[in-house]
Amino acid sequence: MRSFFRRAVPGDSGSAPGGTAIPDDMWVRCPRCRELTYAREWESSFKVCAKCGYNAPLSAQERIALLLDEGSFHELDAGMRSGDPLRFAPAGRPSYHDKLAQWTADSGLSEACIYGRGRVDGIPTVFSMLDMSFFAGTMGSVVGEKIARACELARDERRPLIICSASGGARQQEGSIALLQMAKTAAAVRSLGRARVPYISVLTDPTLAGVTASFAALGDCVIAEPGAVVGFAGPRLIEQATGEKLPPSADTAEFQLEHGMVDMVVLRRDLRAVVAGLLRLFLDTAAIRSSRPLSDGLLQVPEDEPVSAPVVAG
Amino acid sequence: MSVVLDFERPIAELQKRLEALEKQIAAHPKPELEAERGVVVADLERTRRDVYRDLSPWQKVQVARHALRPQTLDYAKAIFTEFTEFHGDRAYADDGAIVGGPARLNGRVVMLVGHQRGKGTKDSVSRNFGQPHPEGYRKALRLFRQAEKFGMPLVTLLDTPAASAGLADEERGQAWALAENIAAMAELQVPILTVIIGQGGSGGALALGVADRLLMLEHAIFSVAPPEAAANILWKDSKLAPEAAAALRLTAQDLVDLEVIDRIIPEPPGGAHADQAGAAEALREALVEELGSLEATPMDRLLSQRYAKYRRIGTFYE
Repeated sequence: MRSFFRRAVPGDSGSAPGGTAIPDDMWVRCPRCRELTYAREWESSFKVCAKCGYNAPLSAQERIALLLDEGSFHELDAGMRSGDPLRFAPAGRPSYHDKLAQWTADSGLSEACIYGRGRVDGIPTVFSMLDMSFFAGTMGSVVGEKIARACELARDERRPLIICSASGGARQQEGSIALLQMAKTAAAVRSLGRARVPYISVLTDPTLAGVTASFAALGDCVIAEPGAVVGFAGPRLIEQATGEKLPPSADTAEFQLEHGMVDMVVLRRDLRAVVAGLLRLFLDTAAIRSSRPLSDGLLQVPEDEPVSAPVVAG
Repeated sequence: MSVVLDFERPIAELQKRLEALEKQIAAHPKPELEAERGVVVADLERTRRDVYRDLSPWQKVQVARHALRPQTLDYAKAIFTEFTEFHGDRAYADDGAIVGGPARLNGRVVMLVGHQRGKGTKDSVSRNFGQPHPEGYRKALRLFRQAEKFGMPLVTLLDTPAASAGLADEERGQAWALAENIAAMAELQVPILTVIIGQGGSGGALALGVADRLLMLEHAIFSVAPPEAAANILWKDSKLAPEAAAALRLTAQDLVDLEVIDRIIPEPPGGAHADQAGAAEALREALVEELGSLEATPMDRLLSQRYAKYRRIGTFYE
């Protein structure tokens, strides 16, 4: 009894990402409204708080279980690790090298992005996701490269692409190399688009700055999770920089829906069905059925159908 | 107007001495004064060169932000002819932080688009100090498409601390505007030549700067975020900006080593603000030369080279 009570003190036990477990397998505290929920309920609702509706961050396994057919996901390039392009090691401050080691140790992950093949309701797709639990989901060389490879794999195999984003933006420790991942990933998304392969972008809490402002904004359909902070600068930075006091709704998924930046806000329990439905619509289009890529960006009349055939007199 | 940076003081003092001497000479010409003038002129040249040869990254940041440093509209006047500014994004507003329109470079019609920080308080405020709103980027996108439609090579000049980041910018989709421009430039079917002329700050710069050739003035900077913002993100203290500036490797010399930029355009001794005409001439020569080589390349090849150029950027192990 004594040990039970000791362990039941909130915050006393080990904490899992996206909720505080008290004790290990009985109760979970919502990171936003602090409500206690039975762990089993919390897990079965995919970490959506029954009281405040908060969608807590999902690990890769949880996201895959939510969205993809069981056992269908096969990760690619799992061992890819970041270099240190700037040799970022200012005197008296943590070096990038040490930070990477620290995040690896803390999260058990090798980087902030995974990608691979997987099926949604039987439909073959390329799936990728960003994970806040490694370096706040920031985009450096590895995230940029994996997103670009995911786009190119989807393009080459003509599988729809699904990316679930969660990121603080570009990774400062990689400087301009991180910044240019925005160009690399945006170009890769366009390469996919020119092959007329659909891309569904799912924005989860939080998706900001250089990630929103590149591949995440460019989906054929952009979905956001309820209450997710989604945008460019994010409310905290705006308040800091401008002194403006923002309404609590600023830069939420619902705010972006209202302002026309996302197509829909989808409850987690509906996400798989909505994505599957979208894929079926996109895949049943003329472009996909004929697998006809955009040959180039010009609106060109086909050569065998000249606009004005020369009139031959006589 | 005179704006003297801390480390430019030795230069300013010599300049003052030279001006005084010249006044004396004008009033009472004397051989010994002439001789002294020669010494001061030589000293000034040497001091300028020495100070500007070894600028620290943080000093470069200050030079890049200098109030007298030429901006897009200065170069539009000095280098181009018939620059005709177009206004507005056809959806919401005109944003003075980005200027653009068709112009001639060496007789050839090109589309010129660049950031404009503004001069003096009133102009700078009206241009939001060169931090564009979404409508600025959408105006730029309109001009990109027009360039493509008429086959005008696109020349962009980058000079922004960052994209504007207020609630209004969120309401109008800043991230979406930037993403659209970056993606559009990756597939735009005209040659794109970009020069970082001042501050190339974050996505706000990149949204005008996805190019076939990326050039940089000698004392310009190019960075994932303004040094103050980077210091805040990295160490929760924006006062550590000088340290961040060094760590971010944002100077032209660093970016050549990192293979981020293709070429450095040398500035006159003492920086572009000390000799605007000299800076404009150096920029003009580089633009004409680079555009010539870009136009000699077939468009489909240019597009795939552009894709490959960005595709290659990154450092990782497998």
